[in-house]
Amino acid sequence: MSGVALDPKTAAAFPIAARTALGDTQMRKNVRHATEVIQAKRARVVAEMPDWQQLREAGKQIRQHTMEHLDYYLQEFEANCTRAGGVVHWARDAEEARRIVVELVKASGSDEVIKIKSMTTEEIQLNAALERAGVHAYETDLAELIIQLGEDQPSHIVVPALHKNRQQIREIFKRRMNLPELGETPQDLADAARMFLREKFLRVKTGVSGANFLIAETGGVCIVESEGNGRMCLTLPETLITIAGIDKVVPRFEDLEVLLQLLPRSATGERMNPYNSIWTGVREGDGPQTFHVVLMDNARTEILADKDGRNTLNCIRCGACLNVCPVYRQTGGQAYGSVYAGPIGAILTPQLQEMHHAESLPFASSLCGACYEVCPVKINIPEVLIHLRGKVVQQKTAGVSGLFDVEAVAMKAMGMIFKSERRFRAAQRLGRMSETPLVRKDGQGVGWISWLPGMLGGWTQVRDLQEMPKETFRDWWEKRGKHGK
Amino acid sequence: MGSEAITAISASARAEVLRRIRLAKGGTSDANAARTGWSNVVRQYRRETAQAASATLEMFEDRLRDYDAHVERVVPAEVAGAVAKMIAGRGKRRMVIPSGLPAEWLPPGLEFVVDDGMSAVELDAFDGVMTGSTVAIAETGTVVLQNAAGQGRRAITLVPDYHLCVVNAADVVETVPEAMERLRATSGLATTFFSGPSATADIEMTRIKGVHGPRHLDVVLMT
Repeated sequence: MSGVALDPKTAAAFPIAARTALGDTQMRKNVRHATEVIQAKRARVVAEMPDWQQLREAGKQIRQHTMEHLDYYLQEFEANCTRAGGVVHWARDAEEARRIVVELVKASGSDEVIKIKSMTTEEIQLNAALERAGVHAYETDLAELIIQLGEDQPSHIVVPALHKNRQQIREIFKRRMNLPELGETPQDLADAARMFLREKFLRVKTGVSGANFLIAETGGVCIVESEGNGRMCLTLPETLITIAGIDKVVPRFEDLEVLLQLLPRSATGERMNPYNSIWTGVREGDGPQTFHVVLMDNARTEILADKDGRNTLNCIRCGACLNVCPVYRQTGGQAYGSVYAGPIGAILTPQLQEMHHAESLPFASSLCGACYEVCPVKINIPEVLIHLRGKVVQQKTAGVSGLFDVEAVAMKAMGMIFKSERRFRAAQRLGRMSETPLVRKDGQGVGWISWLPGMLGGWTQVRDLQEMPKETFRDWWEKRGKHGK
Repeated sequence: MGSEAITAISASARAEVLRRIRLAKGGTSDANAARTGWSNVVRQYRRETAQAASATLEMFEDRLRDYDAHVERVVPAEVAGAVAKMIAGRGKRRMVIPSGLPAEWLPPGLEFVVDDGMSAVELDAFDGVMTGSTVAIAETGTVVLQNAAGQGRRAITLVPDYHLCVVNAADVVETVPEAMERLRATSGLATTFFSGPSATADIEMTRIKGVHGPRHLDVVLMT
């Protein structure tokens, strides 16, 4: 990717990045419009399925079952893919995966590749690694092309350029494709992309893709797409290199009958996306004659090891949770500082990275649960968020440094106060006294606090706090008892 | 770094990744355990159709039109006539076809060239492509192609800008599970599902027809 990559290691913490994002009214308008359209489309095609909940349950069970037998299914996939003429490679982490892919591209004899949109290659920042090795990668998905030519970063896992509107896209294409007369209807823009990329499809000899599903039973790979750029990259080159997280495997061909119903309706709100490709190894006279698959761990086994976080791996990358999320819809995707944004990003990123690189993300949620409602494989995202919040706090309060953590000390003090009625009452009285200099009355005589000192200021930065009542419920109740009413 | 180095990385990574997985979930899985677990997956979704064949065909036509495809329903003897009309209606003339496409579907007076492994550039020079199909799904308006006689390799239905597809009514099922059941025996063949012409919704989530695959689609439904 051309611009500064979204890297949780270097990105600003979510509250800081979100503040900047909230100031970008054009971006917020674009995101609001796009997520509204996609939500309405999804709702319509989901409502017409009488067995949607049964499909979700089956999807969840298939994914859970796969993770329980992941070692077996990966080996089965490897054996069947190899038998069909594919070459399977394994990578422990992003660094190994990049080295393998770069080497395979070089071995293919090409200094350029055509690429299908792939979040996995974004995750490992493959394009930059290819550039360093003297290989130019052409993104061929329309949205990825917009991102690449605009030297921008993806903001959504399904529609990466969702934060750009047609006028902005037109400006990018005019400049980078040298088309001063370009119109601004979506059709004009799609036609421009067709012209720009067709020559590359017909010429470039090496393709790089991700994968939606690896089928253990057959050794086949399935890719779901819309534009046909995927089919071009999978079919026309001489060499195809597919890179997939180890979580992408599914047990049997038959399981696609569930996933191919859940994914398109959840992702783009279509009954079926325009193209699904399934291919198995190599076949003489049809498609690339050299085919490599790179199976990458990159911390997925760490997620598997955490019983409470494990179901994060069930994700099929539909993006439905982003579109409904009240936080994502305000900030857009880039504030998350990771290629995986929104609710799923808030649980996936901290687990894929060492937690301290993304520790603000589990808090980037109001826990409203809308993400869980729409998840096609029923990942309980709010539950995982709470689990991860617990882990963040544990890390912060562990050891000697925890003794000096202000928040931890405050929480401990709160614990002490809540444990005893006497202390609780004393704290209430103390609160009422100490707030007095901060309270300002409004027109109705209601007291408001618009500034609090220190860490408490986090609350009053964006909203006022009503003053504490003069009399607590307990006081009132007791008084009432005494008067015998 | 050469290919031996990759092989070495990959071999040690393989052992390490499998070790990590087994450690993470506390044990090694095998074929028996996997088979038992898989058969316990609860599948209460629809796996069979609940409607008459005629309703399924109507649904299929309706969903295809929703994608902006042209559909015409004809009896076998009328296929060639319908093909002639559709190709003329699109203003096309020179079509590539896979080997094994029934000769009686081809109307006279047009140029049909059998694919013999042409280059992508050569395919790009055709006005369109005409094929048969393996199975079709009414509920999603999907046609499935496989690398078989009358359907050919994947590139021919991809590079030309216009696709005319003949679908046999007997191959139309209502639901996705029914289609997957029919495809199982030949699941190793290169398989393409297409649902309408190539499209994108990447610009403001507006579905627009035609990016890289065929921008125009006609379907002859043979009953």
